[in-house]
Amino acid sequence: MSLNRRTLLATTGAALTAGALRPAFAAAAAPIRIGEINSYTAIPAFTLPYRKGMELAVAQINADGGVLGRPLELLVRDDAGKPDDTLRLAAELVGEQKVDVLAGGYLSNVGLALSDFALQNKRLFVAGEPLTDALVWQKGNRYTYRLRPSTYMQALMLVEEAAKLPAKTWATVAPNYEYGTSTVKWFKQLLLARRPDVKFVADQLPPLGKIDAGAVVAAIEQAKPQAIFNVTFGADLTNFVRQGNTRGLFDGRAVVSVLSGEPEYLEALGDEAPSDWIVTGYPVVGVTDKANTDFIAAYKAKFNEAPKMGSVVGYSLIKSIAAGIAKSKSTDQDAMAAGFAGAHFATPFGDAMWRAQDHQSTLGTYVGRTALKDGHGVMVNWRYVDGASALPSDDMVKTLRPAG
Amino acid sequence: MLSTLAIQALTGLASASSLFLVASGLSVIFGVTRVVNFAHGSLCMLGAYLGWSVLSRLPHDPASFAAGVVMASLGVALFGAALEATLLRRLYRAPALLQLLATFAVLLVMQDGVQHIWGPADLPLPRGVWLRSFVPLLGERFPFYDLILIAIGPLVLLALWMVMARTRFGVLLRAATENRDMLSALGVDERFLFTAVFALGAGLAGLGGALSLPENSANLGIDLRVVTDAFVVVVVGGMGSIAGAYLAAVLVGVMQAMGILLLPKASLVLVFVLMALVLVLRPQGVLGQKQTQENDGERFHRVRAAPPWQRIAGLAVVLLALAVGLAGGDFARSVLEEMAIAVLFAASLHVLLGPGGMISFGHAAWFGIGAYAVALTTSTLAAPLPLALLAGVLAAGAVAAIVGLVLVRLSGVSLAMLTLAFAQIAWAVATQWSEVTGGDDGILGIWPPSGLGARLFFLLCLCLSVGGVLLLRRALFAPFGYALRASRDAASRAAASGIDGAKLRLAAFALAGAAAGLAGGLSTFSKGSVFPGSLAIFRSVDALAMVLLGGVQSMVGPVVGALAYTGLFDTLLLASDYWRALLGITLLALILWRPQGLVK
Amino acid sequence: MSLFSAQNLTKSFGGVAAVRGVSLSVDAGEMVALIGPNGAGKSSCFAMLGGQIAPDRGAIGLDGQPLSGSPLDFARAGVARSFQIAKIFASMSVRENVQTALLAAHRRLWRFWRAADTQAMAEADTLLARVGLSTLAEQDAATLAYGDTKRLELAIALAARPRVLLLDEPTAGMARPERRAAMQLIASLAADGIAVLFTEHDMDAVFGFASRILVMDRGRLVAEGSPAEIAADPVVQAVYLGTPDGSQPRAAGLSAGA
Ligand SMILES: Nc1ncnc2c1ncn2[C@@H]1O[C@H](COP(=O)(O)OP(=O)(O)OP(=O)(O)O)[C@@H](O)[C@H]1O
Ligand SMILES: [Mg+2]
Repeated sequence: MSLNRRTLLATTGAALTAGALRPAFAAAAAPIRIGEINSYTAIPAFTLPYRKGMELAVAQINADGGVLGRPLELLVRDDAGKPDDTLRLAAELVGEQKVDVLAGGYLSNVGLALSDFALQNKRLFVAGEPLTDALVWQKGNRYTYRLRPSTYMQALMLVEEAAKLPAKTWATVAPNYEYGTSTVKWFKQLLLARRPDVKFVADQLPPLGKIDAGAVVAAIEQAKPQAIFNVTFGADLTNFVRQGNTRGLFDGRAVVSVLSGEPEYLEALGDEAPSDWIVTGYPVVGVTDKANTDFIAAYKAKFNEAPKMGSVVGYSLIKSIAAGIAKSKSTDQDAMAAGFAGAHFATPFGDAMWRAQDHQSTLGTYVGRTALKDGHGVMVNWRYVDGASALPSDDMVKTLRPAG
Repeated sequence: MLSTLAIQALTGLASASSLFLVASGLSVIFGVTRVVNFAHGSLCMLGAYLGWSVLSRLPHDPASFAAGVVMASLGVALFGAALEATLLRRLYRAPALLQLLATFAVLLVMQDGVQHIWGPADLPLPRGVWLRSFVPLLGERFPFYDLILIAIGPLVLLALWMVMARTRFGVLLRAATENRDMLSALGVDERFLFTAVFALGAGLAGLGGALSLPENSANLGIDLRVVTDAFVVVVVGGMGSIAGAYLAAVLVGVMQAMGILLLPKASLVLVFVLMALVLVLRPQGVLGQKQTQENDGERFHRVRAAPPWQRIAGLAVVLLALAVGLAGGDFARSVLEEMAIAVLFAASLHVLLGPGGMISFGHAAWFGIGAYAVALTTSTLAAPLPLALLAGVLAAGAVAAIVGLVLVRLSGVSLAMLTLAFAQIAWAVATQWSEVTGGDDGILGIWPPSGLGARLFFLLCLCLSVGGVLLLRRALFAPFGYALRASRDAASRAAASGIDGAKLRLAAFALAGAAAGLAGGLSTFSKGSVFPGSLAIFRSVDALAMVLLGGVQSMVGPVVGALAYTGLFDTLLLASDYWRALLGITLLALILWRPQGLVK
Repeated sequence: MSLFSAQNLTKSFGGVAAVRGVSLSVDAGEMVALIGPNGAGKSSCFAMLGGQIAPDRGAIGLDGQPLSGSPLDFARAGVARSFQIAKIFASMSVRENVQTALLAAHRRLWRFWRAADTQAMAEADTLLARVGLSTLAEQDAATLAYGDTKRLELAIALAARPRVLLLDEPTAGMARPERRAAMQLIASLAADGIAVLFTEHDMDAVFGFASRILVMDRGRLVAEGSPAEIAADPVVQAVYLGTPDGSQPRAAGLSAGA
């Protein structure tokens, strides 16, 4: 069976990396293998563009001579959104495929499971999308790095806007798992610190992917909040917005919403995309700076479609890994675990780095408002918030991160 | 507050309608063919996708919407008829569980099939203006479409009732539901009737799927979500009763909506508690007919101890595992540990399915309780590994014994459904009681103590799994096992000879639960973590698949089945993106090729 | 006082009054036949006497003590039975069937270690010899001919060392010579002091072996007496051959069997 599996995997592996490998490398230069696990079937809206972003970065890096003179090779696995399956795949990638770096994750619980696996097996794990703070703080460990702005950072960015609103009573709705609960926790804590007069009058925690939107909207409506903080995304968000629109939940209410400005989620809403929500996201049609437009052009040239937020994350993830390995000058696990810290890397959103104190990258995101334009949701009045500016002080990080 | 409750109840009624459509289809199919159709949610999902394809091409007015929905429903009905004629027809003579497994395989294939055709992304249906409109109601805005849904439920109920009462087809349907032997006496072509019934049930499911589109995008999660809810409705309403299905759908829909308003943290557990309560108080369901089926002609085969060559082969396998595990790398070890755990898990289910004669759809419950007990004692009490494992065994065994008190009073499908309900309750608790269980995040970092070392833990895992299986085997060949089997073979004969079947079955539950708990506990340490997935319905079906693949007749069956299934699963999972479809097709092939299991 | 007795047993199933006020008694060493046409209520009586169903009304007594409860209680009190359609343990060998019954009788079921098929072997073989199944001890019980299945069930019932033995059509499905042998065996059990109550459609068996005969019709006991008395009883004639007013006979003829 083992032999059978290996041959099968060799074929899929080759297929995945066919575009990435270039004849420019000496036959002796063994590729650096990145084993990537993500929720390709569970969250396709995000992860499919994400995969393309990774492929673009691998192609670019290999065209430029690779890392440490070796090409990058990407092995991709689908965890179907299940942490149990993830661990099985991680063991296979590490044990059978001998990957040098583990990367990936979308859901926060999956990310935490991988991070725990990394610590136990002393393997480097670079998380792209999982947003929970626990990944770098409470449960942070020396083998785990995380790219995207965390729940704390996103909440902080949004609280700055939320605190300016007159609303005194708030309702929250969030998917019932680590990402949802963590974001709500920070939002409440940070908003109350700025606005002690604010009250939270309803909390809905529908199970991820299974929101009973009509009932949830009616339940929030009956609490009569002045503003709503939304953390749902994907299909849950679509259903929530539709019921909310019909039932008038958003009329005359401010809505602050995490990630909803990302094209993958706005697009699914079509002409029912809400107006004037305060969101984090990616104004892909609006950005004009060189880093962004170069990336968008290269992405369009390769895939013939506009990038989404997932594309940016996938692309930046590979870039950050390449930079980390280059700085570590080795693919030894402990060398990389130490060497990634402080590495700088280029992203479509500009330069970013791996913070040494908590292994969080300083990649930021955009904050703005939603609007409806030609029957599609877009982000307007946006500004880029650098991750570095939304991170707590070193002292606070020390108390938050027992692993040091 | 009162108007809020009323609005919430109406919202619940709206979701009850789609639920009713799907569940009534399931109920009709079960009533006539006695097949518990696990793929019923998949038919609903197919309806949603077909509906999306049709409706997104049609203009957005009500008439086109109605036409599109009907087309989708007819499409699914056709598909259902084809499914019945090509596959299920071959399985009516097979044991009920095998049919269930076959429909589960269909579910797997349809998952990948739908994904292949429509892609993995959710497909929200663009809503026309009328679908977005609302009516003012009790001072709130209530979706107009919800009102339509609320009306459709009773309309379909009425239509079905007319068909049942007024048409020859309906008469035959009722005859088949109430007394199957009557059918052949009436000189009816069973084959046509069964195909027609399957088409009807599938069409209803497809209708439910298409009608849910304006509120829920077409997505790949519909199948499992819907089928569990539909099971609840059918069981609560009474298998085969359409009016019961409506009543239960309303009950479940309203309860879910109210739960979100009043008990948002316990919304998942409520429906399964309802299901369990109904099964305990009235096993045939609220409006169901009592099923009289002492022993539906099942043939029990002679059970013998394994012949010498099988023992030698078993020993060789254990030695091989030992050699590979000790010499090989971490990954080989983790695969072997998983297989060893699967073997113990399957063997524990065999105790119930085989000698116990009890169908369990919820064996994951004991596995999961053991897994969580180990994780919790380790993480919160810092219990050493042996104590933690013991806690897992005891917790699972004790809960199985307590729940068993209720379980052993039932038999057949009611028993299976009650085990399912209980497993779902356990799953819901693990998912929603996040303060203790970590919810969907699970409990992490439960690795064996570093002093033990990976090789030693592997040894321990292998010893405990193999030892557990051997202990179960001993018990089954001891007087206990014979008495258990006697009660299964001929319940009234055994009782007349002074054999207390209920007590024996209770003990079998506790024993199987404890063994499954040990498997769960070992898996926690092997993976370093536990998640609600360890209690999920999929895990229960995994176990069933292992036992049935191998064969329930002997102890060797589940062992072979567990090895084959895990090996197959691992190979396919890593080999192809379409592993579900491949697994499903392989299962179907095995079922058709060897209905009695690999080991005869 | 009789060893085993029942007073006024009554049972209806939905609208069907299966048994209406039946009283009977059987003494140790007696061999009593309960006869009657199909549907008369014989098996329903047996079900109450064996504890399988609870009577709507009426009482059962063993040794002067009232007896009620589950089949387990009846079995433990010393009432053993066979069923009209013989029931045996199909997943076992013939000997294992008897061994299991013996282990139950010895209250040794709750053992989890020693293999059951090595226990009570000699005793099982003795019983098998008694019912004439010695040569078939190793055979799968499920593959027995119907007559042998009946014999095996008798051995299972005897394993409990019963004081009362209820046999519902013990010779059904047997050929004539077999049938005689089986009845002789049952008579020898009665001679050993067991109270035997049996039903039969075969009138040779009934009239040749019963020490006393009870006749049921439509749920009621219509006659009772020695074989000679019953053979001459006009009521019994009517039950079996139709009433003088010309209505159809309700059962096959006296000697035809069913
Ligand atoms: N469980 C039951 N439910 C409903 N009716 C029953 C049940 N058992 C027996 N009956 C009815 O009670 C009546 C007596 O049946 P019973 O089997 O006791 O007759 P019997 O004398 O044993 O007949 P046979 O000689 O055919 O065995 C019959 O009309 C039968 O249909
Ligand atoms: Mg009878």
